[in-house]
Amino acid sequence: MNDLSVFREEARAWVEGNAPEFLRGKAADPNAWAAGGRKAPFVYPESRDWLFAAADRGFSVPTWPEEYGGAGLSRDEAAVLHEEIGRLALPLPLTGFGYSMIGPTLLDHGTEGQKAEHLPKIARGEIRWCQGYSEPNAGSDLASLATSAVRDGDFYVINGQKIWTSGADQADWIFMLVRTNPDVKKQRGITFILVDMASPGVEVRPIRLISGASPFCETFFHDVRTPVHQVIGEVNGGWTVAKALLGHERTSIGGMGRGGARTSLPDLARDYVGVDELGRIDDPAIRERVTQCEMDAMSYGLTIRRHGDGLEAGHKPGPESSMFKYYGTELNMRREELMLSIRGPQALGWEGEGFEPAELTQTRNWLRSRANSIEGGTSEIQLNIIAKRVLGLPD
Amino acid sequence: MAPLVLTAPQNMLARTAGELVSKHGGVDRQRRLRDEGADLGYSPEVWAEMADLGWLGIPFAEEHGGLGMGMAETVLITEAMGRGLAPEPFVSAVVFGGGLLADAGNAEQQTAWLPPLIDGEKRLAPALLEAGSRYGLDRVETMARVNGKGWSLSGEKVQVVGGVGADGFLIAARTEGGDDGLTLFLVPATADGLEVVAQRRVDSRNSAIVKLNGVSVAAGAVLGDVGGGLEPLGRAVDRATVAVCGEMLGLMTEAFERTVEYLKSRSQFGVLIGTFQALKHRAAKMFIEIELSRSAVMAAARALDEDSDDAELQVSNAKARCSDALILVTNEALQMHGGIGMTDEHDIGLFMKRARALEFAFGDAAFHRQRFARLRGF
Repeated sequence: MNDLSVFREEARAWVEGNAPEFLRGKAADPNAWAAGGRKAPFVYPESRDWLFAAADRGFSVPTWPEEYGGAGLSRDEAAVLHEEIGRLALPLPLTGFGYSMIGPTLLDHGTEGQKAEHLPKIARGEIRWCQGYSEPNAGSDLASLATSAVRDGDFYVINGQKIWTSGADQADWIFMLVRTNPDVKKQRGITFILVDMASPGVEVRPIRLISGASPFCETFFHDVRTPVHQVIGEVNGGWTVAKALLGHERTSIGGMGRGGARTSLPDLARDYVGVDELGRIDDPAIRERVTQCEMDAMSYGLTIRRHGDGLEAGHKPGPESSMFKYYGTELNMRREELMLSIRGPQALGWEGEGFEPAELTQTRNWLRSRANSIEGGTSEIQLNIIAKRVLGLPD
Repeated sequence: MAPLVLTAPQNMLARTAGELVSKHGGVDRQRRLRDEGADLGYSPEVWAEMADLGWLGIPFAEEHGGLGMGMAETVLITEAMGRGLAPEPFVSAVVFGGGLLADAGNAEQQTAWLPPLIDGEKRLAPALLEAGSRYGLDRVETMARVNGKGWSLSGEKVQVVGGVGADGFLIAARTEGGDDGLTLFLVPATADGLEVVAQRRVDSRNSAIVKLNGVSVAAGAVLGDVGGGLEPLGRAVDRATVAVCGEMLGLMTEAFERTVEYLKSRSQFGVLIGTFQALKHRAAKMFIEIELSRSAVMAAARALDEDSDDAELQVSNAKARCSDALILVTNEALQMHGGIGMTDEHDIGLFMKRARALEFAFGDAAFHRQRFARLRGF
């Protein structure tokens, strides 16, 4: 406990000394968050300064070993660091799929060479990653994917189409699932492989969503060649790696249900709804919904914490990530809906005059949030997984 | 906050508690006690064994013969009791009654009552509720009037848990002529004018009306300060609330596991009903609610033990969560059992009845959400 408070002092001093003034208070601004990469411009130059300062100290990927660009922090220390960053309502220095998904997966399943090749570039924000899992005919039934990879000497040759590839138009590399054996049970013929998006034959088309943004793409592969040493885990053993990575993804998406440095629901409700003579939110129904959301977030945060404490105490990780994905996303969506209710008609802005910037962001965030219970395995799939793998209910 | 995992000694305690409850018959014992209809409602031999194991002294200092443990351990006992519907008045006598005495009582009162309480020889029953109290600790009409050097108590307490057979009562009363504060009194069951009448509740537990017809008590019967009873009462209620949450957690876990087993064994339309997605998804949601409840209870227990600034918030969070989850789980358990669940012969109804009593103990979910919002200042 004492060690943590010493580290907190250190982390606080570092954040105070290195976080650009401009970014403080900008945690809710998506433009302030940086995922790095060769193609992707930083919207604010301060985001680059913040990322580089963090990378120099290993704080862009704080729990990774120092040899791969991290700071080797314990989970508790990393939580303290993130609390200190959140205290100034700063964005994290680095976000994105490299940090949250392929990095942790490589740490678990990569060879020494693969880790040394890819991890430091993620830590420094040099390479941005995207994920090639879903296909037009393989959504919830992911294991039926058909994009093929055929061995040709020291290369695999890939043909097929991926969909919902987040940020593919801005990514430098893709981690993807390909079919390397069509003649066995569908889960047993899948391989996990890494591909440079600059390879000849890769084509990306952004998809416009209801929010007006295009965070997802269709990605086409025509005779794309990638070296065999970019296979992670065993050939035809990709489903195991994929499930581990989906665990990271679910935890990452589910993490959005936690409290932290975001808009305070009580403050927002006080502003828009007003307060009664006792200082309470002046609409009992809204007040009750705010309370429920705050309490759900508290219990959910405690459950993530308990899970982490369990891992640290040597408990084996189980299928809990499905629970976090389900509950975290449902909670986040409920929160977005509630913020619409709190803002009322002022939440209807699309662009232009008559609306505050935060109100316009709100509209888009709410629309974006509707995908939370679809991406990374739908809520229904998560409940199926819990029923089968945790409760042992029959098929 | 201490890690939200059990230590090795805590695991051992939880296992021993579970074994004790099972050894004496588990849920069958509760059914038998109910059918016998005795007002005591629990088994003196089980209470004596709990005393032998030291559990009646878990929250008390070693100088009184206690084990000096905290809420983190206390909830392990109540969880095991919840699983097996064990009806011993552990929460009321030990956590609430004994806890209040240990907090607010003077040395003489503690010496007189704590060692025999810990040994299982004497039992305390806090008399909290009146017919019009609902959940307000200060909604008290029982009056204490100055009577010579002592006091005279008049009023009626209801649903006094463990009241039948109790040796002493902890009674909150308004004090005449003072400020509006509450005063706590420690009154022996043998006091003149004190009458105990057994009450029948849906959960078949030991419950009593305590009638105070001008009961004369000496000045030394006051627990803590005259007019200063509300604060220690609130602290004791918070601890008792978390102990109740432990029982709720045990009860919901057991009712849920029995239901999942039923889904795996009952066939209709030629298939196990556990294959139906409509039931699977509801079962998975219940699982999540129970997991969230467990985290909330563990955190609240540790927050009280560490005297954290957010302890009251954590207590209300845990009680609201457990109340909602428990009602969801027991109602769904009955529904998923179908017609057999409606029969008295089947045990699931016993879980549902106890669940309701636990929901309303020390405030339901709506009450604790209001308290949470008030504490957070919105």
